[in-house]
Amino acid sequence: MPPRTLLQADDVRRAIVRMAHELVETAPDAARLLVLGIPTRGAVLARRLAAAMSDVVGAPVAVGTLDVTLYRDDLGSQPTRPTGRTDVPADVDGAVVVLVDDVLFSGRTVRAALDALTALGRPAIVRLAVLVDRGHRELPIRPDSVGRNLPSAKTERIRVQLTEIDGTDAVTIE
Amino acid sequence: MSEHLLSTRGLGREGAVALLDIAEDMADTQQRQVKKLPTLRGTTVVNLFFEDSTRTRISFEAAAKRLSADVITFSAKGSSVSKGESLQDTAQTLQAMGADGIVIRHPASGAAEVLASSGWTRAGVVNAGDGTHEHPTQALLDAFTIRKRLHGDTSRGRDLDGVSVVVVGDVLHSRVARSNVWLLTGLGASVRLVAPPTLLPGAIGGWPVEAGIDLDSALATGPDVVMMLRVQRERMSEAFFPSSREYAALYGLSAARAARLPDRTLVMHPGPMNRGLEIAGEVADSPRSTVLEQVQNGIAVRMAVLYDVLAGRRGAA
Repeated sequence: MPPRTLLQADDVRRAIVRMAHELVETAPDAARLLVLGIPTRGAVLARRLAAAMSDVVGAPVAVGTLDVTLYRDDLGSQPTRPTGRTDVPADVDGAVVVLVDDVLFSGRTVRAALDALTALGRPAIVRLAVLVDRGHRELPIRPDSVGRNLPSAKTERIRVQLTEIDGTDAVTIE
Repeated sequence: MSEHLLSTRGLGREGAVALLDIAEDMADTQQRQVKKLPTLRGTTVVNLFFEDSTRTRISFEAAAKRLSADVITFSAKGSSVSKGESLQDTAQTLQAMGADGIVIRHPASGAAEVLASSGWTRAGVVNAGDGTHEHPTQALLDAFTIRKRLHGDTSRGRDLDGVSVVVVGDVLHSRVARSNVWLLTGLGASVRLVAPPTLLPGAIGGWPVEAGIDLDSALATGPDVVMMLRVQRERMSEAFFPSSREYAALYGLSAARAARLPDRTLVMHPGPMNRGLEIAGEVADSPRSTVLEQVQNGIAVRMAVLYDVLAGRRGAA
């Protein structure tokens, strides 16, 4: 079957704006917000989300990248993966961290991210924002802000495309 | 990505840059509150050292521990068993004990290759120095140090195109020099070797380098890097130069020689240094010297190598 488009560029843009509002409203201290994206597409989404959040807050929101490769629990099941850069521009201790990824699936990447975050410091709060929640969780992890819930079969492939990497904004399923 | 690390020769430009980039990420993790990573939890790494080496062994040990591997140190120096049999027996013993990775230092050139291809063990093998053949992690940490000094935070993804390196000293006995020749030229650097005629290997015609016997004319080219090699008395069974004083005068990096170098020129030494012989103390301690950075970067580079060889599914690459 050819891939079916589930979200168009406009849907992605609106989702990010809505998520930005949600995340700012529920943050106890907007000045301590620290948005951290998980490479590769989570990092791009984090930058967009942080920009949208700063519009809501009316002040810059710190944004960075958190690579979780070295904390994964599935390293031994495939060839060695390249690592990615971690770039955290603000103090993690006491921060209101928003973890950002493109698709939430098993929850294992988020588990690794929580471990990676713990090595950097002790945040006041950690929230999870994802563009797509496709279900099939294997760990007790749930998102705080979701762009779109897309229940899917486990065998289906959900693909998030973002202009900065893929030249277009879209979410497709096949 | 790779099953073993035996030599820098087969790495290729992309492979080397990828490894150096992982080392950058590893170095970053060592700035964190919690420096220990869970990455190699449940993995056993054996340091198999048939030759003295405090700094390389400790560096590998620190790297493996930072990645949460269990480390067993096997110091086999002084074994009276002939080398081939000894290596086989030891390897089979380690296999039976469940070693996932073996870091081997051995006085015989090619020992790491033998271990990796023998079938005695399924462990990933990292060459920590074999005879006068290769010492790949030393070359990688040298390349990492050069790249870091030249490009700082923007080092990732870069090679060493256009960088000129002069390697001085006991090239004949130096596995560091050999590994650096393959790695640095593979990364695009130009390498010039300078040594007394008795300490230049005969095979040098096939190497992608220039070679000479006059240090001052090599330094006059204003190289980006001057890498001083240790005079390895323990590997010299005969006289290769008339006296230490003469060696120091002709091939030592004295303060006066260093003063004639451009400000940007880095001075490197793999350690341990013979101060006053191949390098003057004040040069080794000067800002252009990278000696201590090399030691520090060595841990990150070895973490990257152990990660590369041991983290993924073995044989799946």
